[in-house]
Amino acid sequence: MSPAVDVKTLVIDGIDVSARADQTVLEVARENNIFIPTLCHLDGLSDVGACRLCLVEVKNSPKLHPACVLKVEEGMEVTTKSDRLLHYRQTILELLFAERNHVCSVCVVNNHCELQSMAQSQGVTHVRLPYRNPKLTVDASHDRFVADHNRCILCTRCVRVCDEIEGAHVWDVMGRGIDSLVITDLMQPWAESTCTRCGKCVNVCPTGALFDKSKLGSDHPKYPDFVPYLNMMREVR
Amino acid sequence: MTKIKLATVWLDGCSGCHMSFLDMDERLLELSSGFDLVYSPLVDFKVYPQHVDVALVEGAVSSVEDEHKIRHIRKHTTLLVAIGDCAVTGNVPAMRNPFGPLPILERAYHENASIQQQTPCKIVPALLDQVRPVREFVDVDLYLPGCPPSADTFFITLTDLLAGRMPDVASLTRFGA
Repeated sequence: MSPAVDVKTLVIDGIDVSARADQTVLEVARENNIFIPTLCHLDGLSDVGACRLCLVEVKNSPKLHPACVLKVEEGMEVTTKSDRLLHYRQTILELLFAERNHVCSVCVVNNHCELQSMAQSQGVTHVRLPYRNPKLTVDASHDRFVADHNRCILCTRCVRVCDEIEGAHVWDVMGRGIDSLVITDLMQPWAESTCTRCGKCVNVCPTGALFDKSKLGSDHPKYPDFVPYLNMMREVR
Repeated sequence: MTKIKLATVWLDGCSGCHMSFLDMDERLLELSSGFDLVYSPLVDFKVYPQHVDVALVEGAVSSVEDEHKIRHIRKHTTLLVAIGDCAVTGNVPAMRNPFGPLPILERAYHENASIQQQTPCKIVPALLDQVRPVREFVDVDLYLPGCPPSADTFFITLTDLLAGRMPDVASLTRFGA
């Protein structure tokens, strides 16, 4: 007999839901068809709460909580939609656009970009902050892939998929705050790194920061849905 | 029905937004009963009128002339609409910002010119240090992102504006669209 499952009951947007004690608010919300916007979260990877788009309100808590790393609690009352949350989500997206050089019109993943479609779904029609236009590098040393830091939002999906799924841990983050960069190995050019050429990082990248050279000038959809299947295969083994 | 006074303005952009505006094709005739085009690169008026109801502004602000124009236009316009990614975000013209204008002029007029290498400095307006979106100079009342915004986006937006409504832009278009 399997051990008794620890079940919690909580309320999300006025709907009574039940969850396992080890679940996050984001997981439970999605199971119940309650949409919470995310960028750094990807099914099958660990959660880090990097992008803050999934911020939700919790009754009797003065602060906002990222739903992707918020564990459920008995009797919790969560609100996922409010004017306050929309204001923060729009501002977060505007900060992402202002921070680096996102030029959708000339981007290889135009029409397939999660940042672009998220901006539209959250009603962002312009950026109220001054653009920084920093000078950033493009690493095109690899024969198959390119890393364009102008388009990186530091979601760290590439870092996590390379470590947790591929097991190579080629990607990591260097620097602090606004100077942070994703790097391969100890900031070696991608071509000279220990990259296994699997391409997982390219497919989980939500923007055009990591892309396939062969897709330049053509349609470049990304296919990040493979991660949960690889996890399932690993569990079976 | 009184016609509204409509202007369209072309700052630092490729004119693609104006092409998309023209792409409304026969629907332009339908709309034109509601407006008079009083200033535009598409017509031959040289002076921006004292009063304009709606101005559609394409392009980023890149030169001293652009800046002078947009400040003047704002003063004489009731509803200023930034059309296209250049006006809304800076877009492609703003890609020179990490380098500044001098290396760009050097590249265009010296490195890539086979004869008579010289940077134009007479008659043409001086470039600003940074290309900035319209909203960093003047208040903007409505933003139509897109590169360019589609003809449908223009049609629905203008239909709404002529009827005195503000359109729901996010349902029509987006950055890069």
